[in-house]
Amino acid sequence: MCLAVPGRVLDIGEKDGTRMATVDFGGVQKEVCLEYLPDLQVGEYAIVHVGFALQRLDEESARQTLELFEQLGMLQEEFGDPWEQAAAAGGEPWPFADDPAPVPGPGPEPAPALAAPQEEVQP
Amino acid sequence: MKYIEEFQDPALARRLLDDIHATVTRPWALMEVCGGQTHTIIRHGIDQLLPSQVELIHGPGCPVCVTPLEVIDKALEIASRPDVIFCSFGDMLRVPGTGRDLFQVRSEGGDVRVVYSPLDALRIAQENPKRQVVFFGIGFETTAPPNAMTVHQAKKLGIPNFSLLVSHVRVPPAIEAIMQSPSCRVQGFLAAGHVCSVMGVREYPELAARHRVPIVVTGFEPLDILEGVRRAVRQLERGEHTVDNAYARAVRPEGNPAALAMLEDVFEVTDRAWRGIGVIPDSGWRLSERYRDFDAEHRFSVTGINTREPAECRSGEVLQGLLKPHECEAFGTLCTPRSPLGATMVSSEGACAAYYLYRRLELGAVPAAATAPTAASAPLEASPVV
Repeated sequence: MCLAVPGRVLDIGEKDGTRMATVDFGGVQKEVCLEYLPDLQVGEYAIVHVGFALQRLDEESARQTLELFEQLGMLQEEFGDPWEQAAAAGGEPWPFADDPAPVPGPGPEPAPALAAPQEEVQP
Repeated sequence: MKYIEEFQDPALARRLLDDIHATVTRPWALMEVCGGQTHTIIRHGIDQLLPSQVELIHGPGCPVCVTPLEVIDKALEIASRPDVIFCSFGDMLRVPGTGRDLFQVRSEGGDVRVVYSPLDALRIAQENPKRQVVFFGIGFETTAPPNAMTVHQAKKLGIPNFSLLVSHVRVPPAIEAIMQSPSCRVQGFLAAGHVCSVMGVREYPELAARHRVPIVVTGFEPLDILEGVRRAVRQLERGEHTVDNAYARAVRPEGNPAALAMLEDVFEVTDRAWRGIGVIPDSGWRLSERYRDFDAEHRFSVTGINTREPAECRSGEVLQGLLKPHECEAFGTLCTPRSPLGATMVSSEGACAAYYLYRRLELGAVPAAATAPTAASAPLEASPVV
């Protein structure tokens, strides 16, 4: 119900005195009301919910967030234990039984496989 | 689609998970409020990838699930009338009322139509001036502005045969109710990102300070969830309890001012009953006096409603985070999506439905042969959005 997805504005018009747009969601196009984002322009992205654009998608924020994720672990890589990293890179357990692994942390174990989703039709 | 696949990147998920594992030193219980987040968590196995000390408690943020049985029964009653075209979002069709659902009303001859947007229902009203068109206006703060705009348009354009059956609910009073419960174990919240896209974060600092819980505004993709958890755990480990926005690409602190103004005009705050939970003060909206003419409950005097919840259904405890879905005796046996006892097993945001869709085989709830065919899916792989 709170499913809202980013879509790109293709064109803007008016219907019954209401600002409307055709919005593309990766190939699916919908008529979307722009009354809550009157400044939205053709080519911009917005978060759309049940036919209404509710918030502009801030691409700069998205980029910064992804960059932050990229940088996570950099310090660990720089100053962490190279033996442990080498073992982890090969997907192997800590190899030295007489010398416990220095940093507690998860091994690169594969995540459990789960039942696949049964596709639902969204309203 | 913009910024969806990027936020499902397994390599970045690993970095986030490593950071959480490196940060956590003791047990913490976080609640993800939104049912959409619950589905992401269970679908991708995020709860199983987190350190064992981090527990995710599923919250009541499934609007379909918390719509009171009495309101569902009123909808069924109104939808059964020959002069009515009843419009709804698709996820309400199989929600059980007392003994039947909207799907059944349709099969019995009722004119029930699924719409993508409430504006579609308004268009149906314009095209059918001799019939009453009722839209089922449920949902949280994300869905309320579209419904408010639709009622506003109906008034502006003078469409007298349109009305709204309203059962809107608000998140902050629900957080308050959860924290007030004597059995509450929640130490931090992942706030629902799209609710905050509309409302901003102004209602949360006071809650965070008074209950000493971090509240992290969180998105819906796997990396969004992990980042919400990472930030909440960081705060807890440091003894902090502030409001943080981990979904900045879709949430501004002030929310959407135009939507907030429309909500203020069309709705007024009221007490609201939540299915399985009970009445939460000031937790809902109803149409304000100016728009009362468009209130379906006033237009159709629905009487003689005798609600009856199945005794075996424990969805109320699930919605309050007191019970995991598979801990219910009826899960996967008496209660399945095909014959649900409660709304939590129906909705695309219900916690019971999430466990049934993605966990039932490993939980051993249902013999594999008795289930629809499924293919193995690895956590954190790309998933279709629409």
